[in-house]
Amino acid sequence: MRKILLSSIIIVIAITFLGRLSYLQIFSFSTDHVLEDPAIKAVYDYPERGYIYDRNGKLLVGNDPAYDVMVIPREVKPLDTLEFCDLLGIDKEKFIDKLRKARVYSPRLPSVLVPQLSKQDYAKLQEKMRKYKGFYIQKRSLRYYDTPSAANVLGYISEVNEGDLAVNKYYVQGELKGRTGVERYYEDLLRGRKGVQYIQKDRFNRDIGPYKEGAIDTLPEQGKQISITIDKTLQEYGELLMNGKRGGIVALEPSTGEILSMISGPTYDPALLVGRERSKNYTKLYNDTIANPTWDRSIHAQQPPGSPFKTLNALIALQEGVMDESSTIQCFHGFYVGKTKRGCHCGGGMRDMNKGIYMSCNAYFAGTFRKIFEHFDTTDEAMDVWEKHMRSFGLGDYLGYDLPFGQKGRIPNKEYYDKWYGDNRWSSSYIISNSIGQGEILATPVQLANMTAAIANRGHYFTPHILKKIEGKDITEPKFTEAKHTTIDPKYFEPVVQGMADVYRKKGGTAYWLQIPDIEIAGKTGTAENFTKIDGVRTQLTDHSVFVAFAPVDNPKIAIAVYIENGYFGSRYAGHIATLMIEKYLKGEITRKDLEKRMLEKTLEAEYAKPYSGEEFKINERVW
Amino acid sequence: MSGRNILKRIDWLSVFIYFALVFIGWINIYSSTFTDEHSTIFDFGTLYGKQLFFIGVSLVAIVIILALEVNFYERFSSVLYLLSMASLLGLFVFGKTIAGATSWYDLGFFNLQPSELAKVATALALAKYLSDIQTDIKRRKDQFYALLILLIPALLIIPQPDPGSALVFFALIFVIFREGLPLFYLAIVVSLILIFVITLMFGTIWLSIGLVLLIILLFGFKRKSLKIPVIPLTLISVAVILFSLSVNFVFNNVFEQRHRDRFGLWLRLEKDPNKLEQIRKSIGYNTYQSEKAIESGGFFGKGFLEGTRTKGDFVPEQHTDYIFSTVGEEWGFLGTATVIILFSVLFLRLISLAERQKNAFARMYGYGVISILLIHYFINIGMVIGILPTIGIPLPFFSYGGSGLLFFTILLFIFLRLDTNRLKESF
Repeated sequence: MRKILLSSIIIVIAITFLGRLSYLQIFSFSTDHVLEDPAIKAVYDYPERGYIYDRNGKLLVGNDPAYDVMVIPREVKPLDTLEFCDLLGIDKEKFIDKLRKARVYSPRLPSVLVPQLSKQDYAKLQEKMRKYKGFYIQKRSLRYYDTPSAANVLGYISEVNEGDLAVNKYYVQGELKGRTGVERYYEDLLRGRKGVQYIQKDRFNRDIGPYKEGAIDTLPEQGKQISITIDKTLQEYGELLMNGKRGGIVALEPSTGEILSMISGPTYDPALLVGRERSKNYTKLYNDTIANPTWDRSIHAQQPPGSPFKTLNALIALQEGVMDESSTIQCFHGFYVGKTKRGCHCGGGMRDMNKGIYMSCNAYFAGTFRKIFEHFDTTDEAMDVWEKHMRSFGLGDYLGYDLPFGQKGRIPNKEYYDKWYGDNRWSSSYIISNSIGQGEILATPVQLANMTAAIANRGHYFTPHILKKIEGKDITEPKFTEAKHTTIDPKYFEPVVQGMADVYRKKGGTAYWLQIPDIEIAGKTGTAENFTKIDGVRTQLTDHSVFVAFAPVDNPKIAIAVYIENGYFGSRYAGHIATLMIEKYLKGEITRKDLEKRMLEKTLEAEYAKPYSGEEFKINERVW
Repeated sequence: MSGRNILKRIDWLSVFIYFALVFIGWINIYSSTFTDEHSTIFDFGTLYGKQLFFIGVSLVAIVIILALEVNFYERFSSVLYLLSMASLLGLFVFGKTIAGATSWYDLGFFNLQPSELAKVATALALAKYLSDIQTDIKRRKDQFYALLILLIPALLIIPQPDPGSALVFFALIFVIFREGLPLFYLAIVVSLILIFVITLMFGTIWLSIGLVLLIILLFGFKRKSLKIPVIPLTLISVAVILFSLSVNFVFNNVFEQRHRDRFGLWLRLEKDPNKLEQIRKSIGYNTYQSEKAIESGGFFGKGFLEGTRTKGDFVPEQHTDYIFSTVGEEWGFLGTATVIILFSVLFLRLISLAERQKNAFARMYGYGVISILLIHYFINIGMVIGILPTIGIPLPFFSYGGSGLLFFTILLFIFLRLDTNRLKESF
């Protein structure tokens, strides 16, 4: 017993030690220790962020040099504070405070004293800089915007936060990252790859030479130059037209799905989110929760689409063979649901499909909708077919464009109504509003534009996308270059397209007076009812003005959706803007100066202010 | 005995492990004190150069030890003991203070640490006393004298202050146990340590509940005929609970905050992970850094001279008490396991050597050597890998330090010299 006591102790100790060591060195060990090692400092060499061009090669976003005044507190020698502050353009108290903070952060390491000097200040300062020991100027690169528009599409960059760091190990504190739009989606392309140089440090944080003689250091990789599908001229023009209005405009090239312009109103100058005023401006924009300029309405605002939706119901009726283009339905200046009458603006009379579309007859489409549902044995079955067709146009789900997801809109299905009304306790009459794009249907402007492109292409569309070229080479991603086919046979599109063309062509068409000389254009107005709560009371607001169009009718070059909140009739604001945008894009020149002038000058600010005025809300006032 | 006979009979396994450890130790000292200003390994201005010099001195010492008559050590052990105690006393007058501890004599070219000499002398003296024909370790009086031999150097070293070195002498109690001190004493010491730790970790109430459960477990299933010793059990229980309560009192009222922090860190008494992390980085800074360095080595290590934390001097005292962390960082688990295995094999080998001695003095001295080396190894590595509280004593054959290396070498080789003569009952 005594003899083996000590031997046992030795063995127990050995096992304990080996256990602890294997815990430390085998189980707790992580391989990416180089960056976590306090003895190794990574010094980064940042490549220039890639430029962004428009579809025609015009510069949208570049880089601008900026100059930070840096300080290493330990090396600062007594100086003429007054003169130096004067050169820097800050007051003495602020200077002393900044210097104190820098010293608290680290006496040995550089801190930013004055960020982002202007070129003028830099020029003044540069020649005198050597007089001030411990201070130096560090050049860095800021985003430069060669356009006051497209802030929502381009997005902005800002410093990475804790969340980013946790998700992506590439970033380190203080680096910049694309936040929204293209800057975010194509962050990896634009950013390039920083070069890393590992430096061995001692415990006082002093450099003592390269780590492993630089064996694992890397060179920076340049950011890529990209072209996006936006047409700079059209985008800027659209934003001018959007002046004082809220809503979204999306224009697509139907043959490719390229986004020609994507406008959200109100918007802001992207240059506001660069430089010294950035955080002040950002707070101001972000805190405007009523107009919400940072909210991209073109992809986020899901609203009832209104009458443009009628065209899809017409297509479904043709596809399912429940009607043909000459089938007629009587309009009684409205139609009846049970004993209640729903109104119609078209003037009343017998309507065939052509008239139904260009006059935007509610009764005709309510009838069509009923017929679709009567065609099937059960409501459920009919609902499934209807939903399938609708979804094939890219509605009711994320479209998959290379921008922030946006919203998916809503195409209600049978489960939705079963939940609402109870199983088998509803029929087509309950959901008749869907026939005219009201009711439960929601869509975003980009979805409406895509739907229009699908009609323009007579049955297929290309997923809308924003990236056109990388380093001058066209993109080849199948997701964007392969057509998606709708469930409607191409042969059924012609009558609907002709109806949409007659919206402009025929007297009595809802946009007859908006046609463009020499260009055949097809479109559809929409006037969408909408509600809000004012002081807790559900109130109907002035209708949204909606318009979808494409042109030319044969071989379309542009498909557009315009959604103007509370703009009343579809032909009014949205119709004007759509026709102007199309003319601008196809001709490059506006011939109807009166229309243009009206759109540039008229604003809806008064309309938007009404719900907050405290006075009783008056709906659909005639403004002009 | 001729020199050739000595070389034939010396235990080459122990000698081999000794040289292996010294070599590995020096490699790591080289790495942890290496700077990029290249100079030769014989540059005595550098720490690794100095250590190499002491390795040379140790080799000379080995030759002398092996050359001396074998009965020299037994005969002069008392004198040596007295001399070393005198040298410890002398420190109070002539001692040189380094880092707050007056533990050195300044000999000009190097600083001598007499407590290292005292370890050898005490091991010899204890062996001599216990092997004396008139000593009977079963007798209380003799037990007391044996303990006194250990206590005197310990008491002289504590006020330097160097509690770590003082602790080493208590390890020699193992020798007395080997020679017949009732294990009852050991049981009491172990129980007291256990009660201390359990009280701090779980509190007196849980300790009492555990005690009751233990008693039920021990006696609950025994045959009914067996009488349960109620009165002694009650007395023991009361004693345990009283001790536990006094632990609480001492811990909270007598200990200083830094002691409480050390224990708190060791036993992970602080439950808030943020606060614990803070304590680890302040009080436990050395251990924290050394643990991190070892952890960063992984299985294969970063390679010789590639330890970034070693290069950056992140672990304080790395070439002395924390040398093992260099092994961990640069040589990984392979290196640390090798060192642990080398030490374990050496200890087990020395036990078998001790057990084969015909001569009682040699056997007891052997046990003394093992006890001293073992406690250094246990406390040092335990501290470096973060399972024991911080107690600053060196790792034998490894840590930088002339006195340490020299006297550990002397300690070991005196035993190996005695071992060459193992077949004779007396010298």
